[in-house]
Amino acid sequence: MAKTLFDRVWERHVVREEPGEPALIYIDLHLLHEVTSPQAFEGLRLADRRVRRPDRSIATMDHNVPTDGGPVTDPLAKAQLDALDANCPAFGVPLYATGSGREGIVHVIGPELGLTRPGITIVCGDSHTSTHGAFGALAFGIGTSEVEHVLATQCLQQGRPETMRMHFDGELLPGVTAKDCILGAIGQIGVAGGTGHVIEYTGDVIEGFTMEQRMTVCNMSIEAGARAGMIAPDDTTFAYLEGRPASPTGDEWEAALDEWRQLRTDPDAEFATDVVVNVEDLVPQVTWGTNPGMVAPVTANVPDPADVEDAEERLSIERALDYMGLEPGMAVRDIAIDRVFIGSCTNSRIEDLRAAASVVKGHKVASSVHAMVVPGSVVIKRQAESEGLDKLFVEAGFEWREAGCSMCLGMNPDILQPGERSASTSNRNFEGRQGRGGRTHLVSPEMAAAAAVAGHFVDVRELSYESVG
Amino acid sequence: MQAFTRTTGRVAVIDRPDIDTDQVIPKQFLKRIERTGWGEFLFWDWRLDEDGNPRPDFELNQPAFADAKILLAGRNFGCGSSREHAPWSLQGYGFEALIAPSFADIFRSNCMKVGLVPIELPEDDVRALIDAVDNENGSEMTVDLQEQTITEPGGSVFEFSFDAFRKHCLLNGLDDIALTLQHEDAITAYEKANPGRIDTLALTGAS
Ligand code: SF4
Repeated sequence: MAKTLFDRVWERHVVREEPGEPALIYIDLHLLHEVTSPQAFEGLRLADRRVRRPDRSIATMDHNVPTDGGPVTDPLAKAQLDALDANCPAFGVPLYATGSGREGIVHVIGPELGLTRPGITIVCGDSHTSTHGAFGALAFGIGTSEVEHVLATQCLQQGRPETMRMHFDGELLPGVTAKDCILGAIGQIGVAGGTGHVIEYTGDVIEGFTMEQRMTVCNMSIEAGARAGMIAPDDTTFAYLEGRPASPTGDEWEAALDEWRQLRTDPDAEFATDVVVNVEDLVPQVTWGTNPGMVAPVTANVPDPADVEDAEERLSIERALDYMGLEPGMAVRDIAIDRVFIGSCTNSRIEDLRAAASVVKGHKVASSVHAMVVPGSVVIKRQAESEGLDKLFVEAGFEWREAGCSMCLGMNPDILQPGERSASTSNRNFEGRQGRGGRTHLVSPEMAAAAAVAGHFVDVRELSYESVG
Repeated sequence: MQAFTRTTGRVAVIDRPDIDTDQVIPKQFLKRIERTGWGEFLFWDWRLDEDGNPRPDFELNQPAFADAKILLAGRNFGCGSSREHAPWSLQGYGFEALIAPSFADIFRSNCMKVGLVPIELPEDDVRALIDAVDNENGSEMTVDLQEQTITEPGGSVFEFSFDAFRKHCLLNGLDDIALTLQHEDAITAYEKANPGRIDTLALTGAS
């Protein structure tokens, strides 16, 4: 029978399958961080259980770490980081702690180290684990009970999800990015449109994307409610992985390539759901509301609830506009911003930083705006500095920070104040996500950089700039 | 895991779609490393104002919904972050069952793991249950997992479907890890047949 990419990866990982029970699937790589692991380690301790495969597990510190280079001053954050620092050696789990030189956002360092690779299963107590699907891995977020389960058994009980093909049709206009594609797609299918599904992204646009761009797309699969997102591995994938610290070498590399090239969806394979997203006329996107599906082209206006017939939808829009402090029907370009955040597991990789730097080069951040760049990992930070990107940002008036999750969710000191409005390259614009009372607009790195300079949203396609880096 | 068979208790209604887990338990509390004591932080930013006083217009602050054990909510409840702290907080606050037209995948799975029962009903049935609630004096309903029924205050009974395996686990309060470890031989056999190439210990120089 014809198979999808998902079928191939799934079927290889079934340890046990009985009718009427969820399958037991094997997990090849378990990523851990400080926020969702302490109670799992405690559970193991209470039950006197060990970690079955420390060699398939790796931890890092990302959510709580300060990005100003200073020590952790918040006692609760420190206690949580200390817990990871103690739990990892106690259970034999390797840890890239702050200062190790390889730490960073968990979904940034996996691919960067070459641990993320085609055809494997990856889990992490974090919903944006979907990022790793860009390599043709089956990667999804789990809760803390499941973290404990994977630590103890290296397996998960999972019902088999449905498959969805999301085909991006057409070519992108210049200045339109992977972020715009996925925001546009979520706007189309809604924040629950992918529930119960693993999405495979297809189309010439996807095939033409770099790994960084593919990761941006897969990262936000969860914002459409999907279990995971996947992209079939190809030469772009292999070129990215070759020579990474954990990548196979020599004969093993050749053997891996042979295996990875099989990881494709058969032409006649069927998906439970098929979605086509037309990206031909796609315009840079800006979210205006309080979930990622509340999104509009930068050239458009925010909705006016008075025009909406459905009562429930009207109420949602009213609530969102009220929280966001926006006038019904106002032009997106008239929205003035206070803060710019370039970072997060969606858009903090070297190409994202180059793209943003290209736009800001030779300009100044508007006097009303406080802007910061937070690289996704220390490796990216060093790379950017070697390319002089940090200087471009600093000269323009950006703060250049240490690696971490930072203002993506504000568990560290980087937060919005009540009423402050940000243009952010992250993935969630939920109420209070970046700080209680804060207002988040999700955009691409280019659009965030352009907004930093203008002080409000602008269509980045109207600016002339040259690529740096 | 806490076992669940049936519960009868006060119902609270938060009739909004797409309630995300960032609202259920805001990030400022996720630094706690304890497994218990989460109830007091539930819906913190919605429930309390900046000075820590209850917001009179928030649903859970209505006297009719005090001490509720059952929560009725809009579709796609629990979307967003995978934080299991969300079900911990709902449970800690006193909820034993949730009823909505749909739940986000990870959230639903997390609920099942901790013994908080997520029940999906057709949108019309949820609407009928919401309409049956007395918003002045409060109402009680019964959720019976064994029978897969919800009985509303007027006595009407709604049936719901539920995954048979998860029902069995919930009714018996089974420990997932212990269940999986019964198949340790199968796991070991799988590992032998699929040695794999990932070795984080070698990468980090820890081995
Ligand atoms: S960058 Fe944001 S979304 Fe990504 S792992 Fe960190 S907190 Fe989560």
